[in-house]
Amino acid sequence: WALQILISDSLLAMSSAPTTSPSVDKVDGFSRKSVRKAKQKRSQSSSQFRSQGKPIELTPLPLLKDVPGVEQPELFLKKLQQCCTVFDFMDTLSDLKMKEYKRSTLNELVDYVTVSRGYLTEQAYPEVVKMVSGNIFRTLPPSDSNEFDPEEDEPTLEASWPHLQLVYEFFIRFLESQEFQPSIAKKYIDQKFVLQLLELFDSEDPRERDYLKTVLHRIYGKFLGLRAFIRKQINNIFLRFVYETEHFNGVAELLEILGSIINGFALPLKAEHKQFLVKVLIPLHTVRSLSLFHAQLAYCIVQFLEKDPTLTEPVIRGLLKFWPKTCSQKEVMYLGELEEILDVIEPTQFVKIQEPLFKQISRCVSSPHFQVAERALYYWNNEYIMSLIEENSSVILPIMFSSLYRISKEHWNPAIVALVYNVLKAFMEMNSTLFDELTATYKSDRQREKKKEKEREELWKKLEDLELKRGLRSDGIIPT
Amino acid sequence: SSQQHQEAVHHCASSRCGEDSHGKLYKNDTETQLYSLKMYSIIHIFYSSYHLWKYTIYDEDEVLLALAEQLGNFTMLVGGPEYVHCLLPPLESLATVEETVVRDKAVESLRKISQEHSPVDLEVHFEPLVKRLASGDWFTSRTSACGLFSVCYPRVSSTVKAEIRQHFRTLCSDDTPMVRRAAASKLGEFAKVLEPEYVKSDIISLFTALASDEQDSVRLLAVEACVSIATLLPQEDLETLVMPTLRQAAEDKSWRVRYMVADKFSELQKAVGSEITKNDLVPAFQNLLKDCEAEVRAAAANKVKEFCENLPEDNREQIIMTHILPCVKELVSDTNQHVKSALASVIMGLSTILGKDNTIEHLLPLFLAQLKDECPEVRLNIISNLDCVNEVIGIRQLSQSLLPAIVELAEDAKWRVRLAIIEYMPLLAGQLGVEFFDEKLNTLCMAWLIDHVYAIREAATCNLMKLVEKFGAEWAQNTIVPKVLGMANDPNYLHRMTTLFCINALSEACGQEITTKQMLPVVLKMSNDQVANVRFNVAKSLQKIGPVLDSNALQTEVKPVLEKLATDSDMDVKYFAQEAISALQS
Repeated sequence: WALQILISDSLLAMSSAPTTSPSVDKVDGFSRKSVRKAKQKRSQSSSQFRSQGKPIELTPLPLLKDVPGVEQPELFLKKLQQCCTVFDFMDTLSDLKMKEYKRSTLNELVDYVTVSRGYLTEQAYPEVVKMVSGNIFRTLPPSDSNEFDPEEDEPTLEASWPHLQLVYEFFIRFLESQEFQPSIAKKYIDQKFVLQLLELFDSEDPRERDYLKTVLHRIYGKFLGLRAFIRKQINNIFLRFVYETEHFNGVAELLEILGSIINGFALPLKAEHKQFLVKVLIPLHTVRSLSLFHAQLAYCIVQFLEKDPTLTEPVIRGLLKFWPKTCSQKEVMYLGELEEILDVIEPTQFVKIQEPLFKQISRCVSSPHFQVAERALYYWNNEYIMSLIEENSSVILPIMFSSLYRISKEHWNPAIVALVYNVLKAFMEMNSTLFDELTATYKSDRQREKKKEKEREELWKKLEDLELKRGLRSDGIIPT
Repeated sequence: SSQQHQEAVHHCASSRCGEDSHGKLYKNDTETQLYSLKMYSIIHIFYSSYHLWKYTIYDEDEVLLALAEQLGNFTMLVGGPEYVHCLLPPLESLATVEETVVRDKAVESLRKISQEHSPVDLEVHFEPLVKRLASGDWFTSRTSACGLFSVCYPRVSSTVKAEIRQHFRTLCSDDTPMVRRAAASKLGEFAKVLEPEYVKSDIISLFTALASDEQDSVRLLAVEACVSIATLLPQEDLETLVMPTLRQAAEDKSWRVRYMVADKFSELQKAVGSEITKNDLVPAFQNLLKDCEAEVRAAAANKVKEFCENLPEDNREQIIMTHILPCVKELVSDTNQHVKSALASVIMGLSTILGKDNTIEHLLPLFLAQLKDECPEVRLNIISNLDCVNEVIGIRQLSQSLLPAIVELAEDAKWRVRLAIIEYMPLLAGQLGVEFFDEKLNTLCMAWLIDHVYAIREAATCNLMKLVEKFGAEWAQNTIVPKVLGMANDPNYLHRMTTLFCINALSEACGQEITTKQMLPVVLKMSNDQVANVRFNVAKSLQKIGPVLDSNALQTEVKPVLEKLATDSDMDVKYFAQEAISALQS
């Protein structure tokens, strides 16, 4: 688009016939016209529908509350079976009556599992899982726009949501029901089921991902036997996302679930969990779309460090390794996360990592991008970080000094200069002897540099003179 | 870069003495590191591969990538094939790195140096490495292993071969999908180096298993392998060993797998041969053309021409007419524009296969429908393939519908579309003839000269030149030169400049006579323009058309004007006038 706008600087109205009067420089050759097409809301549906053509007929059943209690479980099963029928929502005109009938039946089922007692017979479990699977498990359709940018574009919404939502709602109520027995359900809610559930997290519809989050959370909570499997599969999804496709819509949601999973890890942490942190969570920082899940990711990282402070060093080294080189927005995010980590860091861990860490911070502070510089300088407003810096000022001050001093003189942004001034003042109060020493060294270093610069310039001048002389002479004889 | 060079030499020197090269490599910026790595290679320093790796492993992936690449060229530097195995430890480590590009490069280098191992070294050094990778803890080493089986298999003893097959089998059922994907993508390659009996006994079962994997990303890779496997098997085995799986893939519930089948359709067709194509692939192709997912239909539509071309000749026409054409007809009015434009880019090719009568009766209506399609890309794709039809039935049949389509594209809101149609103008003009052109298209070509996008005006200028080359100077003099010169009086300076650009392009094709008599006076007159941009373009034009003019005109008319411009108040005008003067003098 931008290119097009740039180029389509348009001329004056073409229709006006060229007159012969030549005196005309009032004409502005460039006028702008650009109209952006209004975006239409997009919706999509699973790719499972082949043109079926035939209308769907369901025989209406009586309401559950209208039949005697003993008949209810039987009727409940029948209704579940009816709800296995799936409708094509891309065709907005077909089967309207039956779509409405299924909607009301689903609604009834949602209410029924919430309030009823004694309905969950053993036969009901496979039927529930069958109904839920039949409705929610589907191949997600290809993304409409090739370059779907979650920050810019509207997500494509699931067309069958009116039914889908109720199915999710029903399933969650079922899982949360007091009568629900994982020992029976585990026969049906197995690894294959979970795998398909996880694939759905790639749905473009945020509403669906939200429901999936709750569903997966409940399953993780109730099925101990599936926990390791779920973690492993999430692992695989992330690794594929980082190293193969860079595309998966549900990363934030999965991280959110992981946040609470990590919270519940027993101490000491298993090697598997540490590996997950270092080999999966840290590399997640490299992904282009980091901003979409950074908050959840940072939360997970901090959870890990609160569990086991000895992980601080590998984590920070990992972040430094992947530190963004050209993307300032990402740099700001990294700085934010680093501050969250520093908030919980143990002083003994801080000492281990302070040198490489502050070398990076010193680079950030002198970034020409003022948001990066500003974000880094905000560290000095954090009391805990300040106390750590103060304790280790003899190490940190020399690392930071030249950057700070230089930008206090050179940075283009006055707000940054003011912030730097405060930081320098804080350093001076911390350790005035060292500060003075550093000032002196800095100045003499600069002088030496200037001298060098001058010498270099003079040398070039000499060379130029030589060249000139040579040029003059080369008209005649080639010098030897 | 001389500084970089010195740095690099310094690294090498210090590493030779076993000094602190780690520190140096670590501290300097990536570029220097990259440079120094290349220098290592050049000046023959490879004192210990293991240390080199160890020093850099904590560093940038970019550096590791360069390292992985360079190590593949190190054979001579470490003393020749005899010692090449000493490159294995660092490459083995690089093959376990997470970053995919580094790992892939390491595997590539390993594949390369595997050829430089003697058969004995291959068994003593290389094959154990493959085994170690194949049984590594982390998925990265196992994915790397997948790419190495096929390079060592042909050159090892039969016991080792059996082990390799076993390892490959294990990786095909690895519980990490990443590894299964890597194995699936190398399945075809591995099958090719296996003895025929093992293709049947081993590969088929692996192929079947991967093709029904729970993850569609694995299944779709099996489709690719299907092509190589099918070519390795005798025709009589295909039906029982390959076809069930292929049929299943063509109807897979995931559109990605079906897409892959559509995308590889021509290769599959060639691999399975004509009998199976007739019985199985024709209906499968019909289904793909009618798939519910536009992505799949578009991929299949792209293959229509190739598929038809490769049908067995004896009943090709009948198959196309009864089975393929009905689907194609439906696709012409598909709801998705990508499908239609994919079809439009190949549909014209059918006319050569079907011949004149069928083309006129069956295809022409489709071409005409697509020429009227609402989506400009579809129309454009039809127009850009006109030459195929031209050979069979001539373009005249189309001209009635062609014209409105061209006019509409010529005025399309998207400048890229306009640009594309301009590029086809010379071709169209040649095929439609000068009369038709003058009558219908000339106005369009002139209108583009005053388009509001520069790229269009530029292309229009170039287009005029090509037209003059086709129709000759006389035609130019009567039809376009007057109009172009008329624009010299336009109130808009951009239009006035267009006159100059046209003259630059046309003078050579029009020849000395027209240039001197008609164009030159206009250019000279424009040297008094009030806009400096016009004046310096006058200087540039004079430089450009100078060689076409005779020396008399140059001396008496051009020179004085340029000399005047050389004293212009505007810097740029002065500059270009001087440029022109010195260019014309020489």
